[in-house]
Amino acid sequence: MFASLSERLQGVFAAVRRESKLTPETVESALRGIRIALLEADVNFKVVGAFIDRVRDRAVDRSVLESLTPAQQVVAIVRDELRTLLGSGSPGLSKAQQLPQVVLLLGLQGAGKTTTTVKLARWLRAQGRHPLVVSTDVRRPAAIEQLAALSGDAGIRVHEPDPQVGAVDRAQGAIEMASSLGFDVVLVDTAGRSHVNDELMGELEGLKASIAPSDLLYVADAMTGQDAIKSAGEFNRRLGITGVVLTKMDGDARGGAALSVVSVVGAPVSFVGDGERLEDLQPFHPDRIVSRILGMGDVLSLVEKTEQVVSQEDATRLKGKLQRNEFTLEDMREQLGAVKRMGPLDRLVDLLPGMRQLASHAPGEFDAGGLVRTTAIIDSMTVRERRRCQVIDGSRRRRIARGSGTTVQDVNRLLKQFMEMRRMLRAVGTTSKSRKKKKGGRRRGALDSLWLQAR
Amino acid sequence: MSVFNRLRNGLRLTTNQLSSLFANTVTRETGGLDGDVSGEGLVALEETLLQADIGVAATARLLEVAGSRGGTADVRSVVKAELRRLLDGTEGARPTTVRPRVVLVVGVNGTGKTTSVGKLAHLLNQAGERSVICAADTFRAAAVEQLEIWARRVGADFVRARSGTDPAAVVFDAISAGKARGRDVVLIDTAGRLHTHVNLMRELDKIRRVAGRVVSGAPHETLLVLDATVGQNGLAQGRAFLEAAGVTGVVLTKLDGTAKGGIAAAITSELGVPIRYVGVGEELDDLLPFSAEHYVEALFEPVW
Repeated sequence: MFASLSERLQGVFAAVRRESKLTPETVESALRGIRIALLEADVNFKVVGAFIDRVRDRAVDRSVLESLTPAQQVVAIVRDELRTLLGSGSPGLSKAQQLPQVVLLLGLQGAGKTTTTVKLARWLRAQGRHPLVVSTDVRRPAAIEQLAALSGDAGIRVHEPDPQVGAVDRAQGAIEMASSLGFDVVLVDTAGRSHVNDELMGELEGLKASIAPSDLLYVADAMTGQDAIKSAGEFNRRLGITGVVLTKMDGDARGGAALSVVSVVGAPVSFVGDGERLEDLQPFHPDRIVSRILGMGDVLSLVEKTEQVVSQEDATRLKGKLQRNEFTLEDMREQLGAVKRMGPLDRLVDLLPGMRQLASHAPGEFDAGGLVRTTAIIDSMTVRERRRCQVIDGSRRRRIARGSGTTVQDVNRLLKQFMEMRRMLRAVGTTSKSRKKKKGGRRRGALDSLWLQAR
Repeated sequence: MSVFNRLRNGLRLTTNQLSSLFANTVTRETGGLDGDVSGEGLVALEETLLQADIGVAATARLLEVAGSRGGTADVRSVVKAELRRLLDGTEGARPTTVRPRVVLVVGVNGTGKTTSVGKLAHLLNQAGERSVICAADTFRAAAVEQLEIWARRVGADFVRARSGTDPAAVVFDAISAGKARGRDVVLIDTAGRLHTHVNLMRELDKIRRVAGRVVSGAPHETLLVLDATVGQNGLAQGRAFLEAAGVTGVVLTKLDGTAKGGIAAAITSELGVPIRYVGVGEELDDLLPFSAEHYVEALFEPVW
């Protein structure tokens, strides 16, 4: 997500840092680099122009040029302006004024409205809400079936009247059903339409008038180019958008459309869709995205992801084991499982400051295949072997390799890694113990230093 | 209505905007289309091209050409000729006499693959070629049902699989069926996949291998469906699908909005893959064979 934009900008900043002193000329050349990076990321050229002008105004100020750390100052200005551009609104949906809360999802064809509808319903349910979904897409073949099938997979309730029922009646029927059955939020999926199709846009205005939604989410493809500003602008002019959902963020799109759309619509990005699984929808945090664009990592999101998959008790239990030096292959397997639940590895890489560059030097190190292989090897061991790896002799190794479809070398490598890991963990365990005794030593844990870097 | 007129109608909004923008900026900044193009004029021209999603690199090339000849020639015709040159001059898949001809349709999610397959079957039908439509999108919910409705509308044979099964298996079935029934073309609709998902891209390779086992040389054509609203990422998509699936042509969809699909010019020139069809509406016959000349003409025709 935003990886290439981030790389380009970091290249520009690196060049600025090499300059011992900033002059208006060096600032100008950095601005040219930033301009090209943004344009190649598909930020609309008007938005880019305004952005560059604002950065220039602030950067050629004498207090910046003559400061001791001019390069850092320039980075800070770019970060501030990016934040302004992305807006500051809080992510997620608006606070419900009345129940059921009605949410309308709209956008161009193929943006991902139907998938987003179900993902959003799933997310709302995880927040303790009771969502009901309904499709008003009577135009595209099998669109209604698609919503029903996806909802079925996610266990989300769908309002499904006769296929002959028109769009407005479908939505109204869903709201009535929600009020009588106690659903507190209704998600209304609409047919994709082009913003220049006057008839279809009029239809949407009619739908809006009849169901009075509190949230109008504009679903936009992250890969959209310069046209994003026009389509989003027109949807906003006619319907008034309250939030934007950016989809297909798991590709290598540089996400410039996000900047364009937000700047023209004035509403914040509420959610981003970043995968094909139904749980791949996240609330959007402009601050965190900005640090990710600038290569500063996003440790906050990483911590949140970890908290989602590792419970407090598990963490305490593991800590105790580490201190007693009882870490076994079973624990390792559990940890790997937790990592897997956090999502694709290469996406976690983006959350750690500086890891993206590191990962690009070692392709394959961060693939999910290795994780699967390692888990398979541990799965092929007996309980005794997992608890006491010393018992694993040559014959057992051959059996484990056969059982897991790997080679003896793979098993050896894993065991070696495990021993190393245990040695390292023992060190961590004793350090934290001694630190407690000494009331805080000088040495900092790895995660602490990450925190510092992220700030 | 002639093909050119239909394309022109479909592109009307696009054209209006681009050519009026063009006329405005260039006229305003240079004092006339025949005027000397330099400095400010080039800046305006750059913005015009960038806004059409033509891309920074391709724009730089066009500007160079316009700049070098700007003093003497009409800027507009220089850029037009250059764009036409970029879009033309790339050969599509070589014609084949093998029956059935196998056409594989690939692309990222939501570009309009399924709709394009339906429209393409209709287009072939009108040319007297009978087709089998193969629903190899076993991933997306209701994708098979959507395609089945199109097949019924067009009157083409339809081969489907249960959702969640291996797409290569249904491809095998469909091509075998096409062979047995003596059909002219087998159209394969695949699941949308982001070009960055390595495993999903490998799946395309398997489909290709399986297809080649049933009919020699299959797939004879691999069409990448590209959304005209896509920006510079289109180039990354083109490159990845060219590498993983041997794309031989591009279908540019959703040209009936205001998007200009300028990235197509970059793809054609940088990857040497021609645009084969353009989609200009939601109706069955809104897929047209692409002509570089007509496209550029329509794009630059004065506001009418």
